[in-house]
Amino acid sequence: MTEPTHKLQIRRLRKTYGSVVALAGADLEMKEGEFVTLLGPSGSGKTTMLLLIAGLIQPDAGEIWIDGRQSTYMPPHKRDLGVVFQNYALFPHMTLYENIAFPLRMRRLPESKIREEVQRVLATVKLSGVEDRLPSQLSGGQQQRIALARCLVYQPPIILMDEPLGALDKKLRQQLQLEIRQLHQRLGITVLYVTHDQEEALAMSDRIYLMNEGEIEQIGTPGDLYFRPRTVFAADFLGESNLLDAIVTAASDGLVELEGPDRMPVKATMAQAIEPGQKVKFLVRPENLRVLAAGEQADNQLTARLRDVILLGQVTKYYARLANGTDVAAAQLTRPGQAILEPGDEVRLGFDRESTVGLPLPEPARRG
Amino acid sequence: MASKVATNVEIGWRRPEWLSLWPLSPIAVFLTVLFVYPVGQLLWLSVVDRQGHLTGLHYVRLFTTGTYVKVLGITFEIALWTTLIAVLAGYPLAYLLATVSDRTRNHLMLWVLMPFWTSFLVRTFAWLVLLGRKGAINDWLITTGLAEGPLPLIYNRAGVLIGMSHALMPIAILTMLAVMRGIDQSLSGAASTLGARGGQSFWRVYFPLSMPGMAAGALLVFVLSLGFFITPALLGSGRELLIAQVIITQIEELMNWGFAGAVSVLLLGATLAVFFLYDQLFGRSTLTGVQVASKPGPARPGMIGRLGALVASRLIALMGWICDRVGEALDWIRPIRPDRPRATMSRGVLWTVATVTLVYLATPSFFVIPVSFSEAPYIQWPPVGFTLANYGLFLTNPVYVGAMIRSLVVGLSSAALAMLLGVPAAFVLTRQRVPGKSLILGAILAPMILPHIIIAIALFFLYAQLGLVGTTLGLILGHTCISVPFVVVTVMAVLKNYDERLDQAAWSLGANKWRTLRHVTFPLILPGLIAAFLFAFVISLDELSIALFISGGAAPTLPKQMWVDSMLRVSPMVTAVSTVVLLFVTSLILIAEFTRRRVEKASGR
Repeated sequence: MTEPTHKLQIRRLRKTYGSVVALAGADLEMKEGEFVTLLGPSGSGKTTMLLLIAGLIQPDAGEIWIDGRQSTYMPPHKRDLGVVFQNYALFPHMTLYENIAFPLRMRRLPESKIREEVQRVLATVKLSGVEDRLPSQLSGGQQQRIALARCLVYQPPIILMDEPLGALDKKLRQQLQLEIRQLHQRLGITVLYVTHDQEEALAMSDRIYLMNEGEIEQIGTPGDLYFRPRTVFAADFLGESNLLDAIVTAASDGLVELEGPDRMPVKATMAQAIEPGQKVKFLVRPENLRVLAAGEQADNQLTARLRDVILLGQVTKYYARLANGTDVAAAQLTRPGQAILEPGDEVRLGFDRESTVGLPLPEPARRG
Repeated sequence: MASKVATNVEIGWRRPEWLSLWPLSPIAVFLTVLFVYPVGQLLWLSVVDRQGHLTGLHYVRLFTTGTYVKVLGITFEIALWTTLIAVLAGYPLAYLLATVSDRTRNHLMLWVLMPFWTSFLVRTFAWLVLLGRKGAINDWLITTGLAEGPLPLIYNRAGVLIGMSHALMPIAILTMLAVMRGIDQSLSGAASTLGARGGQSFWRVYFPLSMPGMAAGALLVFVLSLGFFITPALLGSGRELLIAQVIITQIEELMNWGFAGAVSVLLLGATLAVFFLYDQLFGRSTLTGVQVASKPGPARPGMIGRLGALVASRLIALMGWICDRVGEALDWIRPIRPDRPRATMSRGVLWTVATVTLVYLATPSFFVIPVSFSEAPYIQWPPVGFTLANYGLFLTNPVYVGAMIRSLVVGLSSAALAMLLGVPAAFVLTRQRVPGKSLILGAILAPMILPHIIIAIALFFLYAQLGLVGTTLGLILGHTCISVPFVVVTVMAVLKNYDERLDQAAWSLGANKWRTLRHVTFPLILPGLIAAFLFAFVISLDELSIALFISGGAAPTLPKQMWVDSMLRVSPMVTAVSTVVLLFVTSLILIAEFTRRRVEKASGR
């Protein structure tokens, strides 16, 4: 086996707790300077993966290579990784200076060097002058920055972040997302980020590992995951989606023709090979579903009765029901003088082949 | 419109705040009359002579008589050693309890709680069985050939320290555990990812955070040690004369109130000095468990505090450094294999140490059981034959049977009274804004922390004037005085975990305050109330200091009778009495514990 050349490489990593499979043999690769996010609902195994990489728990099987070094069972203090914990885990009895100096003291740096480095990193996170305070005297956002500074100060090859913004309110979260992203670009650090917040993942990541029930569901750029989901779970978890039942009537070379609800023909793209006659679902995002004006045509069309129209500001949302009882949602940019539609009106909804993705049905009870 | 105005006026009237504090008044009156006044009187007696003129005579005598100065020295020395043993041996067990799963902790806690609630007297007798010349340990040492003859394990300093640290270690453990459970477990993980070895992470992060618990535990153990007299009297050589024993002699034999008062003042002064020191170092909140509005600013303001912090930080750095070097040496002997699962040795060591402590705490009491069935005419190991003679002697002795019944009556009555006084107070103190809360709480908790012997002689003096000495009523009131703080603390802890929104929900659904209390609050906190009642009951059942003075010669409680008999000669019959008390109290504790758990499980917590 050749030595891996990635910053982080994980092979068939597995962890169980009794009969519960927390992580069912996952692979992961990260290049230097990459920002990778593990995204998934709670219990999907993303935090388990992070703790395994940090060395805080030991895997049942598999391998972890950090910076080309075999590290599967290396104790955490020898891994030289940075971890930003969900609750920040700042030492409450130490001043912020001592908190940031802690990793340097563990590495036995001389005091003069420690002072210099702490000042440097405090300037980096724009919090100079708070050295003598205790963590409890800072706001949540400031504590978050100190936790980050405590990692940055010893320049670890990879920084792991476990839902670091989970405890903050929305506005502050968005601001810190931006700051972390800028730090990542400016310092060229390699970040493995864990979150259950899909917007956060889309906003920050170079690549996303979407996780579900201890397995990796799909890997890709934010664009890949949003526009080309490979599974019903991925389509449903990221963004808003209309997922409708259909049967394959013809399939060739990534393109399929389906029989959709109310026997409507639907043209879609599909990555997986599929046979005519098989049941599938297809995804169309609300913003790709538009209310057709009289005489207007589209690749695919559905007829529905409007149930509600809500003006949200930037967009107007249309909730409608198909003849077979399925609910669909459409979203369009709000424009002055747009067609005035009332609940109860019958509308035709159109959508293009490129924005329609065929998805295989999830296998029932994939795992025991 | 008019009616609307009327309702506005109606709800516009606010009850003045002091009116909502009335549930505090019964306990306030009770403690003023039966605690503050008599203790104050005793202190007053120490500075006046028989004619009522101010005098420092008693104090001059206390500090110029060689014997008393020596007793003081011994008392402090023994208290210090007891504290050291209890805290240092208790720490690993508390640490283990704080870091295991909830399930495991619940199982292990029972083994800490049981000795905590087992009678001091019974435990002391158990040490006689274990450590005596013909005791279990000497028997084992001789049969295995480890010793040629019996070792002097008892009737000396070692015996006193073993007995006292055994009696007080559970308190140290429970206090430390309370603080340790508040320490965020992820901090140790954070320290290790930042490059700290296990030892460094423990000394630099966990240990400093657990310090307030250690200090609070040490403080309680030290203060309680100062007032000890049972263990040194029964397990000591006579040279281990403690200050509480001097007070007893002064009153019982010499009726010298003024001098006893002076000794009490000294004891009180020492207690307060220790508290002051503690407050300087750590602040009060860790002790009462009540967070007194945390004020920002430097953590330790005082001079002593700063000095302590400096010493502590140097010590911590040194310990961390030593652990690091040891760890590196071990890594050098057995290099880390990153491709193999690593076995963590430290956890095993911790379990071993903690198990030894647990065995030391939990098992001794049970040695009285087999001995109580022995035919031997004195306490010895192994037991000889099988006989119920000891039980026969116990149950046909009218003095003992009378004492037992009196103990039960006093226990149940004082527990009921303590609940009546304590529960309303606990409600007010947890749920309302009370001006001077920490002061009021301190006053309520004072009888718990003050050496009981002081309360006992103070009450004795008061009762002598009121004609309450030797009465059951006097005993009930006295025991209530020391059990009511436990009730308040227990019920406050229960209420703190109670979700008050449930009450608000009940009100919003149309229940008035009384129906809410009856149908929502009480059913939910019932297990906590039962536990509080049982604790108060067990405290009274085990109480000796107050009973010693107040029950008089004619109407003793069970502990008093056992004590009086053992001062002459420890007869095998006390093992039978001890067994009955032990099994009774143990089953009470188990019942309390299991109701608590069943309710917790049922409510899905």
